[in-house]
Order: sequence, then structure tokens, then C-alpha cells
Amino acid sequence: MAAPAVEIEQYSVRFGEFQALQEVSLEVPEGAFVAIVGPNGAGKSTLLKALLGLERGSMRDGPTRVVGRIRVFGHPPREVPPGWVGYVPQVKGFDRSFPALAIEVVVSGLRRHWPFRIGREERRQAAEVLEKVGALHLANRRLGGLSGGELQRVYLARSLIRQPRLLLLDEPATGVDVVGEADLYRHLEAYQAERGATILMITHDWEAAQHHASAVLVLNRRVVGYGPPEKVLCHECLSQAFGHVGHAHQVVLGGR
Amino acid sequence: MLEAFQLPFMQRALLAGLLVGGLASYLGVLVVQRRLSFLGDGLAHAAFAGVALGLLLRQEPLWVAIPFAVGIALLITWVREQSSLGDDTAIGIFFAVSVALGVLLISLRQGFAPDAVAYLFGSILTVTPTDLQVMGLLALLMLLLAPLWRYWAYATFDRELALADRLPVLRHDYLLSALIALVVVVSVKVVGVVLIAAFVVIPAATARLISQTFAAMTVSAILIGTLSVLPGLVAAYTLDVPAGSAIVLTQALLFGLALALRR
Repeated sequence: MAAPAVEIEQYSVRFGEFQALQEVSLEVPEGAFVAIVGPNGAGKSTLLKALLGLERGSMRDGPTRVVGRIRVFGHPPREVPPGWVGYVPQVKGFDRSFPALAIEVVVSGLRRHWPFRIGREERRQAAEVLEKVGALHLANRRLGGLSGGELQRVYLARSLIRQPRLLLLDEPATGVDVVGEADLYRHLEAYQAERGATILMITHDWEAAQHHASAVLVLNRRVVGYGPPEKVLCHECLSQAFGHVGHAHQVVLGGR
Repeated sequence: MLEAFQLPFMQRALLAGLLVGGLASYLGVLVVQRRLSFLGDGLAHAAFAGVALGLLLRQEPLWVAIPFAVGIALLITWVREQSSLGDDTAIGIFFAVSVALGVLLISLRQGFAPDAVAYLFGSILTVTPTDLQVMGLLALLMLLLAPLWRYWAYATFDRELALADRLPVLRHDYLLSALIALVVVVSVKVVGVVLIAAFVVIPAATARLISQTFAAMTVSAILIGTLSVLPGLVAAYTLDVPAGSAIVLTQALLFGLALALRR
């Protein structure tokens, strides 16, 4: 039997004095669409970065201590072929002052380095994937002039152009309007149907997650709940996890 | 005017200016886009301390200044990676230490203060064939390393995405800061400690204003950095003003033009 897309066993991360994740264990079968919800500081981004092999990215927060085991398609994260994984980081982390055209950002996702010139075949591939996410008209626009929603589409195209088996998205719906969010889910589902890819997506919008995801992971440094949306996001499960529901909703929805 | 460039020292000055202008602007693109503009200043002062040490030891200052400045550059990078101090703080500390050390070394022996002061302000018209050879070698090295531009650009665009794609970003950071130190040291003789940061920052900043892409920014920075040398030298020769100042003021003029004309 093929290895699951993601296997996490007893995984803990500590940045200095801060326990970011504690004894997280879960398994994501290939082809699943997992929505990750939880309050701010719950370790959601840390979990995605761990899957990318980036948990020790910086020493700036103090020494990082990691225990536990992660496998992505059966490999340790840093040994997974980089072309297998697509990553859409948080929009607030983007440096808009970098002089670049949208198409260059997309091609960088294919090459895994920055293009000095873009070849004809690359241009065709980039145009194709930009069209799929409804952003072909942005191809020759400057990064600095794009809105949050437009940037998200460009970065989604950037992650899709390498046709990843695993797609990791960090709050892709933040700063996007309702129509944009519906579009996002449409594009993700279309890609999943086409390639049978596995998707892990951090979101604050648990209602949308409920409709589109095959599983929901409620994370608050530990796994609070993991399973089909109707089982995890039900009234009783949340109150069981958090004591009482008013508080639970606050925790799950990050104060919304 | 043309006959001026038949004089050997003017030819050397022109060649040195072109090499230094091109090299500093090329790396300056990365320095400016990574918001490390202060790094040029910090390393120039490290070079100054290295020169002072070389003069004290009665060695060719360049051979002492090069390892000294490269060492400081690696240390700055190490402190930046290891601590939560900002880049400006890490650079500022080594900047101050270098100046203190340089002044101390100069005071240790009488008589060479004037030599050291020459390095503070540079003297493009006294470039020696050895200086030119070192600059030429450095330019050759940079050409050989040109294929790394794509990785440096990628990590400048988004460090995290570059890391996620297994780029050894940290190793590239160390390499880059060592290269910047090398360029700064060989430029100090020409431009002077006080003005070298301008060579690194101004052409790149001008290019940033007029460029749509990072590739275009890189190419235009090199063009601006080299092209501003000629009018600067001519002004220095005809008006009898320091060449380094004239070149930097030419660069600043181009920056002002770009600022005024950009869309």
C-alpha cells in the first residue's frame, strides 16, 4: 500500500520558551482536503512549515527543539522531491517592493530559482496555469500593483505550475472577498480532481471549510479534533474539547 | 578632453572606476533589495581598520584589509543569523569596533596618519597596476559566479520560499557578504571609506526606480554604476576636484533624474 500523503507522530516544536506544537499525531491519506482551523498562535503555520522541513528556519526566536517524526509520502520532509510540494505562504509576508512581474513569480515556482529571462515554453505554461486561476490578465502586471486577492491568485498559480502532489496553503482566503473565496475553492477542487492531489489549508472560515474540506483539523498546539467536518465541528464535539461552546467557538474561530 | 585619457594614470583611473562601479552596483542590487544599505558603510570601515593594521605591520594594506574585512563580513552575517538583533544593530556594532580599532592602530605609530587618511577619502588618480590586477581578478570571479544570481535573486524575493525549495540560503548569505566585503575593500583605495557605500547603494537605488523586473534592475544598476564614472572623472580632471566625490555626485544626479522622471 502506498504511504499516506502526510504522517505525523508525537510531533512537538518548542521555540525558546514557547511551546508551538505539542505531541501532534495525525495521518492524511492521499487525495484528502484538510482544513486546519484554530486560534492565532495555535501552531498552524508551524505545522505547515514542519511539513516543508522549515521548522528550524531561524534561530532568531531562540533555540528550536523538535521531537517526533514526520513523513511526507513516506520521506522525511527535507528529502521529499521539492517538485512534489506546492506552498502558498501568508499574504502578509509578501515583499511587494521586490521588482517583479506576476509571470516571473509563477515561473520561479517552476524553476525553483529566479528567472533572468523567460523562455517561450515557460511563458506558455505560466499563461496556462494563470488562466486556470482566472489571473491571465495579471501576467505582465507588477507585483507591487496587485491587490491582496490578485496576489493570492498569482501565488496559487506559482504553487500549481509544478503540479504538486501536496499543496500547503497558509490562510489563502484572508484578504479575499466572498467571490474570491468561492473562486479559490473552485480552483483548488478543480486541481484536486485533475491531479488527485492532497491539500492542507489553514483557514479562519470554518463554514467554508465545512462545505469543501473532506476533513477538518482543529489545532490548539495539540490536536483538539480531527476528522470529517460534521463530526469535528459539531456543537458537542467542540464543547467537549473546550469545556463550553461559547469559548470553543472563540478559540476555533480565532476571535471572530 | 580626450588627450587627458592618453595619460596612463587617467587610463588606470578610468578602468578602475569602471570595474569598481560595475562590481559595487551589481552586488548593490542585492544589498538595496535586502535592505542592507548600511552594510556597505560597515564593511568600508572594517576595510579601514584592516588598512591601518596593514600600514602598522608595514605590509601592503590590501593584503591585510581583505582577510580582515571578509572576516568581519562573515561575523556580521553570523550575528544576524544567531540572534534576534536587527541587521542594522549587528552592522552598527562591527562598524564602531572597526573605527575604534582603526584609530587605535593609527595612533600606535607616528607618521602614517596621512597614508591612512588617503584611504578615508580615496585617490582614484593614484591607482597602481597591482590595484587594477586585483580588481580585474575580482571582476572575473564575479563573472564566473554569475550563474548564482538566480539563487541570490530568489532568496531576496522570498527567503522562506527559497528555503522551502531546498536552496542553501545561509551558505549563499555568507558567500554574498564575503563578496561584498571583497568589492568594498578593493574599492576603498579608489573611492575612499567615506564614499564607498554610495557606489553600492545609489546606482542600485536609481535602477530600482526605473525597473519593472529584478533582471532589469540588475542590468541598469551596472550600466548606471559604470556610466557615471566617465563624467565624474572628466569633472575631476577639468575642475580639479576629488574624483570620488565627482563620481558620487554624478550618481546622485542620475538618481534625482530617475526620481523626477519615473512614472
